[in-house]
Amino acid sequence: MLSTRKLNKRFGSLVVAQDIDLSLPRGVRYALIGPNGAGKTTLINLITGLLAPDSGAIFLGEEQITALKPHQRVRRGLARTFQINTLFPHLSALESVTLAVLERDGNAHNWWKGLPSFASAADEAFAILESLHLQASVGKETRELAYGQQRLLEIALALATRPRVLLLDEPGAGVPKDESAALFAAVEGLSRELTVLFIEHDMDVVFRFASRILVMAGGRLLVEGTPAEIADNEQVREIYLGSRRRAA
Amino acid sequence: MLSSAAGVLFDGFAYGMLLFLLSVGLSVTLGMMNFVNLAHCSFAMVGAYATMTLVGNWGWPFLATLPVAFIDAAVVALILERIFFRRLYRASDLDQCLLTIGIVFISIAAYAWFYTTEQQSVRIPDWLQGSWHAGALAFAHYRVFLIVFGLAITALLIFGIERTRWGAQVRAAVDNQRMARGLGIDVDRAFMFTFALGGGLAGLGGALSIQMVGLDPTFALTYLVYVLIVVAIGGLGSIGGSFVAAIVLGISDMAGKYYFPWLGAFLIYLVMVGLLMWRPLGLFGKR
Amino acid sequence: MHFRGLTRWRPLEVVFWLCTLLPFVLTPSYLSLASQIAITALFALSLDLILGYAGIVSLGHAAFFGFGAYTAGLIAKHYWTEPLSALLIAGLSAGILGYALSHIVVRFRHLALIMLTMGFGLLLAEAANSAHAITGGADGLQGFRVPGVLGFRFDMFGRTAYAFALAVLFLCFLICRRIIHSPFGLALRGIRENATRMPAIGAPSQAHLRKAYTIAAVMAGLAGAVLTQTTSTVSLETLSFGRSADVLVILILGGAGRLYGGILGAVIYMVARDQFSGVSPQYWYFWIGLVLVAVVMFLPNGILGGLNAFYKKAQ
Repeated sequence: MLSTRKLNKRFGSLVVAQDIDLSLPRGVRYALIGPNGAGKTTLINLITGLLAPDSGAIFLGEEQITALKPHQRVRRGLARTFQINTLFPHLSALESVTLAVLERDGNAHNWWKGLPSFASAADEAFAILESLHLQASVGKETRELAYGQQRLLEIALALATRPRVLLLDEPGAGVPKDESAALFAAVEGLSRELTVLFIEHDMDVVFRFASRILVMAGGRLLVEGTPAEIADNEQVREIYLGSRRRAA
Repeated sequence: MLSSAAGVLFDGFAYGMLLFLLSVGLSVTLGMMNFVNLAHCSFAMVGAYATMTLVGNWGWPFLATLPVAFIDAAVVALILERIFFRRLYRASDLDQCLLTIGIVFISIAAYAWFYTTEQQSVRIPDWLQGSWHAGALAFAHYRVFLIVFGLAITALLIFGIERTRWGAQVRAAVDNQRMARGLGIDVDRAFMFTFALGGGLAGLGGALSIQMVGLDPTFALTYLVYVLIVVAIGGLGSIGGSFVAAIVLGISDMAGKYYFPWLGAFLIYLVMVGLLMWRPLGLFGKR
Repeated sequence: MHFRGLTRWRPLEVVFWLCTLLPFVLTPSYLSLASQIAITALFALSLDLILGYAGIVSLGHAAFFGFGAYTAGLIAKHYWTEPLSALLIAGLSAGILGYALSHIVVRFRHLALIMLTMGFGLLLAEAANSAHAITGGADGLQGFRVPGVLGFRFDMFGRTAYAFALAVLFLCFLICRRIIHSPFGLALRGIRENATRMPAIGAPSQAHLRKAYTIAAVMAGLAGAVLTQTTSTVSLETLSFGRSADVLVILILGGAGRLYGGILGAVIYMVARDQFSGVSPQYWYFWIGLVLVAVVMFLPNGILGGLNAFYKKAQ
């Protein structure tokens, strides 16, 4: 569903992405792990178009999207969330998600008809928020929401674009262990048709939710495999997991 | 033809030195804190009026007033920073603009109240008056002095920025403020010092400019446009950038006034718009 | 079901617009001031669209005001004195200029954006100054008169002028109101709230901004044209940085992003300026400076914002 071919990017002498070859088939849950500074968020930025690669190609389905602008890639079905909440502080949760739905349907250019006329968009937005258990907070301004709720809103915004591929950048970042259960239940509840890649540092979460793991370090994709394979991999253990063995 | 070109270059260079002194402080503080301080030229006015008063009312020799102009402006800058500006470092561009424009208006009114709106002048020492003649060319002593003085200050600044601990802290903070703090650099102290220094330099520039462009309370606004152009073109946080941009602007302005007087300031604005479109972060700005 | 009642007219709004008719009966000697207020209010409203709703900080919005003013003046000077058609042409021309500039403006942020908008305004003002064959230069455009509109003469009491200005203001206000409550309005607010998130939800931000900028240019041009037609002169002041700065102060004073902020600010500013018209400019600007500092430090959302917060607290 999502693939890259020899993606390269450097800032001066700092190589942040080197010959990245990815191939993510439909419906699989991938975790992207690696030490800090490995280039994981940079990879997401490259794939979504926030950063232009020095060389290489990116494919969504059969289509090459390397030359497309970020919003055009979203329209083709590639969505992402941000590690730090990147939300609309003074818009309510409902307004935010409705906006995403309206943009998806191409209705956001309409300046003549009032929002009440776009009931289906608002209803769909409400349904998405409901599926993430946010229905009680739909009228609240985003900045008034609790941090965990904001993280869920991050995901809601991405879901509203009806993606085929969803990239989650540390979805549980900053959320205390007990609250993140709801978050990952939501992630787990996502459609089986959806290809999901999430960056994560918490190994419990990784081994619980991912069916395949990608390991990055120093801008390079080191290894890919099932959780069991990765846990047994010498290289990975050395650079990242330390010397503790994980039971398969 | 050639002699007028040489004259324009010389005058333009001198004017550029003035613009550099007026602008360098703003460029560095903008680069460090991203604080849009439109009141920067008010500091220039503080220095200018200080010099004017000391020379005119108290009979001080011109050169002796320069350190006072510097210190006066630096102190005012520091006071304003402590009371107002530091509360707005995280505010929007718009809020910063509005607050500092408000301060400009207040400063213009204050100086108009105390000094009237009359054009002011200073008496410069005899050895700075007159000019050297070389054939058809005339090199005003004062402008030579400006150029030499300006280059000396530039050298001092570059030495300071490259070789001192303060300079290293400034360069780190301009490059990546969060990282700099993380390394234990007291960014706020470094910024305070830099802000005062920048304000002081503006005051110095203001004092030196009386002889060349006159002085009245609208100085704070009139030269703001030029200073902003220098900073925007030169690039935020770049001393070298400010230097180049100031010289370019000084010479372009002189050339425009000499060769295309009917165009007025059109040429300058066109150059600015064009350069900004090509390089929005300035010629030497951080990427 | 959701957003129900969003477009409903609040009683206070209806009262406000009814009150705009009061000057005809209560203060008939101040009708020319009332026209000025209406024109300024429209100008401020147009700035609100790009500043308050889309977040574009423009220090050169007077470029469109002046462009509309001069267009209307030139049309009248060349013997076409029917104001409504001239008004439309002036507005459209300002819109075309706005559309052209928008391609550049929407690609920049922060200082570069501020400088560019200021630069374009200064460029246009300088060009108008130099091209005195067309514009009359520093003397301005004179020697024409727009006799009236729709059969009503522009009398010296200013009745027709105020009716005209008020009508144009109200029409444009209705359009703005529709925009604010539409999906497009929501998109603009999204851009203002978080420009980074917009492309991530598939929004073509630059296309949205170009549209907003163009609409704002049309409205500013209309305001300038009405000024020309009701006063039968045009001066360089309509293009000046001073006018750009004034309208910014007015909008911030009233409260940006609240639809009525520009109108409120215009009323307060123009009435105050009229009352203190004897005061010399720099002392007037002293108080403006003080107001600006006070608003930024204590009332960041302007008067309307302050009232809103007070109202919320009182509940």
